[in-house]
Amino acid sequence: MATDKTSLQLVVNGILNENPIFRLVLSMCPAVGISTTVMNGFMLGIAVLFVQVFSSCTISLFKNVIHPRIRIPTYTLTIATWVTVIDMVLAAYLPEAYAKMGIFVKLIVAFAIITMRLEMFACKESVNASFWDGIGMGLGFMFGMMALGFVRELLGLGTVLGYDVLGFKPLLFFVLPFAGFFCVGLMMAFFNYVEIVYKRAKRA
Amino acid sequence: MNMHSMRRILLSLVLLLGLPVLAQAQELIAGKSFGKAPNEIVVTFTSAVDRAVAEDPANYRVHEEQDPDIKLALESVVLAEDQKTATLTFAEPLNSRLPHVVTVSRLAESGAAATFTVMKPYLGYLLSILISALLINNFVFTKYLGLCVFFGTSKRKDTAKGMGLTFTLVMVVSAIMSWFFYQFILKPYDLNFLQIVIFIGLVSLTVQAVDTVLRKVNPALFNAFGVYLVLVIANCVIIAVPLILADNEYNFWESFMLALGAGGGFLLALYLMSSVRERMELANIPSTFKGVPIAFIVAGQFALAFLGFSGLTLF
Repeated sequence: MATDKTSLQLVVNGILNENPIFRLVLSMCPAVGISTTVMNGFMLGIAVLFVQVFSSCTISLFKNVIHPRIRIPTYTLTIATWVTVIDMVLAAYLPEAYAKMGIFVKLIVAFAIITMRLEMFACKESVNASFWDGIGMGLGFMFGMMALGFVRELLGLGTVLGYDVLGFKPLLFFVLPFAGFFCVGLMMAFFNYVEIVYKRAKRA
Repeated sequence: MNMHSMRRILLSLVLLLGLPVLAQAQELIAGKSFGKAPNEIVVTFTSAVDRAVAEDPANYRVHEEQDPDIKLALESVVLAEDQKTATLTFAEPLNSRLPHVVTVSRLAESGAAATFTVMKPYLGYLLSILISALLINNFVFTKYLGLCVFFGTSKRKDTAKGMGLTFTLVMVVSAIMSWFFYQFILKPYDLNFLQIVIFIGLVSLTVQAVDTVLRKVNPALFNAFGVYLVLVIANCVIIAVPLILADNEYNFWESFMLALGAGGGFLLALYLMSSVRERMELANIPSTFKGVPIAFIVAGQFALAFLGFSGLTLF
């Protein structure tokens, strides 16, 4: 079975239709834990993008030799290998950003989104399609993290990417760690609201 | 055996028994502990000491046992009225969970430096790890881990309880196994870079074992959350415990306590959340907030409440 979508459609699908954070509601831990600034979201997004793309390609490359019964352990070990790679690269070249993300880089290994994409997509499709799907999912995750980071940084510190935009701090509350819960909850409610309004407009 | 030799033996015996007392008398330090403030160490000397020497911070050298190269900045030393108790005040709060090595020079009559270790009582220390993982650093509300399962299984109290117990079990077993692997295979053979691969493998193995055992022993419980057992593998709470204990170089009992506290904390969080969510089913919630969004808001309030535990020290 091969997908009939073009590579562009696959990428857009990952960013909008099946956005990992807002639509699939997966990988909530980093979305709550370290989405305090845009930069944090961007860095973790890069790491997830890397792991997603490479594990998708690896699994799709070897899909014919993996016995179905051991596929889940295979996925886990593949992801763990790529996570080890990005973990060591970040620790060596970007120690500052790495320290900020803390344990979450290692925990990419347990992100449901990556395993799910391998199970739903990469083990059936060609390497090329899996590559673009991985790019789409990674960008979607990065987009979600950056959107959360943008809201929290703007409202909490009045800055974007470290540059002072507002000149004052509207709600310092948002930059505190636990505000992640409120922020995600409010954003989800907002998207639900948009959906309801959209449906109502369609019916009328 | 005549009287003379008897007396000699008795004398040497008394001397032998008395020696430790004599040695004790030459000991400079009578007591040491962490002070009431987080940046204090209190040292008690056996006899009155010279105020000028004892109050000079240059005569002290303090470091954490793990990194001898990092000297902690000493701000001042205050000697009490009786000239026996000195309070060392540091520029930064000390991490009282770690043993601290203190070296005092020029105070002893011989001029030799005295070195001693300040640490908390061990059982208290173990308990503080447990309490810390359970409440202060609750994995759900202050470390933000395991949220997928947390929101997925906290709808009913029964599932929440069963799920929390399974988690605790899996966590403790996998943490103990990971500890053995880390201490006896990864560290001696310099395979630290394989941490993630090994730990996730061990966790999957444990989950598989629990799955098999539960299927046979308690099929009802298995049916209740068999689906979620699969989720356990891909869960950050469980994989986080081995990573943390490897990072902190915990020993066996410390690892055990950490895993127990983390599991108990997860159980507590699930139980609290499910009791609120059961009541929320009857509440009148705006349609846009129904389901997951309101659960996030509630979790945020719990996180706020758990913030109150920070800074809690019992031991």
